[in-house]
Amino acid sequence: MVNRILVGAHYGLKDWIIQRATAVLMAVYTVLFLVVLAIVRPDSFEAWRSIFAHGFMKFATFLFLLSLFYHAWIGVRDIWMDYIKSGGLRLLLMIATVAVLVGYAGWATQILWRM
Amino acid sequence: MATSTMQFKIYRYDPDKDNAPYMQDISVEVNFDVDRKLLDILTRLKAKDDSLSYRRSCREGICGSDAMNINGKNGLACLTEIKDLKQPVVLRPLPGLPVIRDLIVDMTQFFKQYHSIKPYLINDGPRPDRERLQSPEDREELNGLYECILCACCSTSCPSFWWNPDKFVGPAGLLNAYRFIADTRDQATNERLDDLEDPYRLFRCHTIMNCVDVCPKGLNPTRAIGKIKEMMVRRAI
Repeated sequence: MVNRILVGAHYGLKDWIIQRATAVLMAVYTVLFLVVLAIVRPDSFEAWRSIFAHGFMKFATFLFLLSLFYHAWIGVRDIWMDYIKSGGLRLLLMIATVAVLVGYAGWATQILWRM
Repeated sequence: MATSTMQFKIYRYDPDKDNAPYMQDISVEVNFDVDRKLLDILTRLKAKDDSLSYRRSCREGICGSDAMNINGKNGLACLTEIKDLKQPVVLRPLPGLPVIRDLIVDMTQFFKQYHSIKPYLINDGPRPDRERLQSPEDREELNGLYECILCACCSTSCPSFWWNPDKFVGPAGLLNAYRFIADTRDQATNERLDDLEDPYRLFRCHTIMNCVDVCPKGLNPTRAIGKIKEMMVRRAI
């Protein structure tokens, strides 16, 4: 294959907005979580569990985790794009990152709804 | 006459003679009555050793030729006050670009990126008799953009440009891209935004603002980049 500089994939804006939106969601959740902790003051496993047993907390935590994983995907992908010069290796690392993050998302959901 | 000796450490490399670059220690007598800027000292050093190579032209911050890394920060030698410099003054070529000799770098990659944003007015409308007019308010938007002298201080202080100089347009190129996107006389706004919507060309900027920190003209490429992104968002939603 000829060695040419290839740019012009024409994406990036959506990821850029999502990265900002997920950052805001995570910041809001962090404040919410700290407020809940201050009110409940959990000191036992049952108390911790009761926090996440609430439907709204399940929803908010699920949203936080999805935000975290999507945010992490964009950040880690950017690192691979900056530092991994071999296209094949970069693709492999991107697939591995997606696989790990999707796996985490499923696992986190399962834990959350087991509460 | 206020004179003093100043210590310098200067990056030297002549590919015809040297196997590798090295730092040369030089001391120079400075006359503070006449020597004001770093370029004055470089002129003295050049008189002492004419093998020392650097670019210069206008000596007043307009041409952008004498950009170099001064005590770890990019700047123009002609605008840098010598009395503010910590000694020994360490001079290196602009980082991230290939060195041709001493403080002279190969700017090809930098100008390739600049040319890639089509730095000229695109307007296919009928030519007016005299000139294309703008309202004072529209003209106001170009302030802080048109003053760029393409010295490359900003782009060569940007890690994203170091890692991807062939793909990332860099702060100077993006500031100039916004200069034409913001120009109400230009008709290619959509094409310009399309060209920049790219994970490498625009979105390698992670807003660390090294560019703003070093710009010798006090311009703000980060703000210009932010405005390009804002226009893309406005176009998309």
